[in-house]
Amino acid sequence: MSLQRFISEAISPWMKNEPGPDSDIVLSTRIRLARNMEQYPFPVFASQETAEAVLHHTAREFSSIRMQAGSSLERLNMDDFTLNEKRVLVEKHLISPYLAERSQFGAVMLSPDESVSIMLNEEDHIRMQSLFRGFQLSEGLDFSNKLDDWTEEKITYAFDEKRGYLTSCPTNVGTGMRASVMMHLPALVMTRQLNRILPAIHQLGLVVRGIYGEGSEAQGNLFQISNQMTLGKSEEDIVEDLQGVVTQIIRQERMARDALMRSSRTYMEDKVFRSFGILKNSRIMESKEATERLSDVRLGIDLDLIKGISGNILNELMILTQSGFLQQYAKKELRADERDMRRASLIRERMELEKESGE
Amino acid sequence: MLCQECQTRQAALHFTKIINGKKAEMHLCDECARNKGEQIPGSNSYSIHELLSGLLNVEQVSGNNGFKTQETEEPKQPVCRGCGLTYERFAKTGRFGCAQCYQAFETKLDPILKRVHSGNYRHSGKIPKRTGGNIKVQREMEQLREDLRSRVEQEEFEEAARLRDYIRELEKKMHSGEEDA
Repeated sequence: MSLQRFISEAISPWMKNEPGPDSDIVLSTRIRLARNMEQYPFPVFASQETAEAVLHHTAREFSSIRMQAGSSLERLNMDDFTLNEKRVLVEKHLISPYLAERSQFGAVMLSPDESVSIMLNEEDHIRMQSLFRGFQLSEGLDFSNKLDDWTEEKITYAFDEKRGYLTSCPTNVGTGMRASVMMHLPALVMTRQLNRILPAIHQLGLVVRGIYGEGSEAQGNLFQISNQMTLGKSEEDIVEDLQGVVTQIIRQERMARDALMRSSRTYMEDKVFRSFGILKNSRIMESKEATERLSDVRLGIDLDLIKGISGNILNELMILTQSGFLQQYAKKELRADERDMRRASLIRERMELEKESGE
Repeated sequence: MLCQECQTRQAALHFTKIINGKKAEMHLCDECARNKGEQIPGSNSYSIHELLSGLLNVEQVSGNNGFKTQETEEPKQPVCRGCGLTYERFAKTGRFGCAQCYQAFETKLDPILKRVHSGNYRHSGKIPKRTGGNIKVQREMEQLREDLRSRVEQEEFEEAARLRDYIRELEKKMHSGEEDA
């Protein structure tokens, strides 16, 4: 049962790669391309027969692609999964909520390290996303372009000279590209500077969201910054603009961290170690508190206050302690209070594990 | 700060209301705000598609003076020949049905796309390698002619001459390519 690992492992193999540039602040970089085929209606209004034909056509083509070391993509049909299993895939960012809940004949093709995920019959026929550790926008764009060129050899895209790549929703037309960067910004939140920065970001045609995308709240001081506009600018320009803004925010966050450490080192240490202690000892842990405490611990690791623990702990436990994952481990539906207990014990176990391997 | 309504939960929404010139500071928690029916600016009580369909509908309503004539009259609105989607349905859902919808609703699209994409309505990004060959050369030519014009304006004649020759060469290549095909 090889497919089982996609829903049993919280941390995708690609997240264990080398941390990547600026990984003390940028957790990951993601590029997503929306593409449609010329000859079929778009999935939102498509009939069952059309959706099935689209799935066959696209899955057949993508099955011949070879990733690094000659590996191929694995296909997961949404109809083969339980609701909770799909929730887990969403929590891991491998599929979108739309694909999980509303697609017909929806599927995802995943690379073995889960860094490439190609959704089929999402809002658009094809949504390709590739994920990278740290701040790697131009590398991400390069890779996405190659994947796109490969696909275009096999599949005739819906493309219009004036409007670009045609998509189901007018907000994606043009490049069909969404480039986004996941940032951990605890110091800017603590010093209340982020509220000043956010309006400026919006004015530059960029958008800031929580970690689960559109409509999600910011959890654990994690923010996803991406381009809003897809039409009228080239992919390179969009990426360059995003690159510039993110570089600025990284600088600001570093300065805020330095300033906090200089002016209130003991308070910072207290905050970090208090959260560390609570995570290691508590028996009931609500999701909101967990994400806040985990953010503190991650900050402690990045400030070199806490040693011997992998920085991955934030990414990993953020995903692992979501309700879908908790229920997947428990192999049953859990009430909210049961989830809080399981969350606490899972975090404690994970901390213990770190201590053994760290010392 | 505590919510001024319930005095128990933390206020999450802070704003100033101005009604008939009177200013009132408001500090509410999410729940009280919802109960009072306060719209949270920038909150996600609306999905992007609902907002978008709001934009798309503006034109329709103002177009017929707000009278409901849609149902009684034969629809004069565009219909996509590819998938049968009506403009009305597109406006309601904020989604196109197929690639041909873009042609069917072409005359109405510029203002909509401008609103969504900060004034832009024309693609200037990537072009598919295999199927977009000619478009790519044409766009490159446009760019070169643009360069040429600005060089001439700036009296950089040497560079302008080089560009002119290059454009001629490209044109020749394009024509011979057409003859081959």
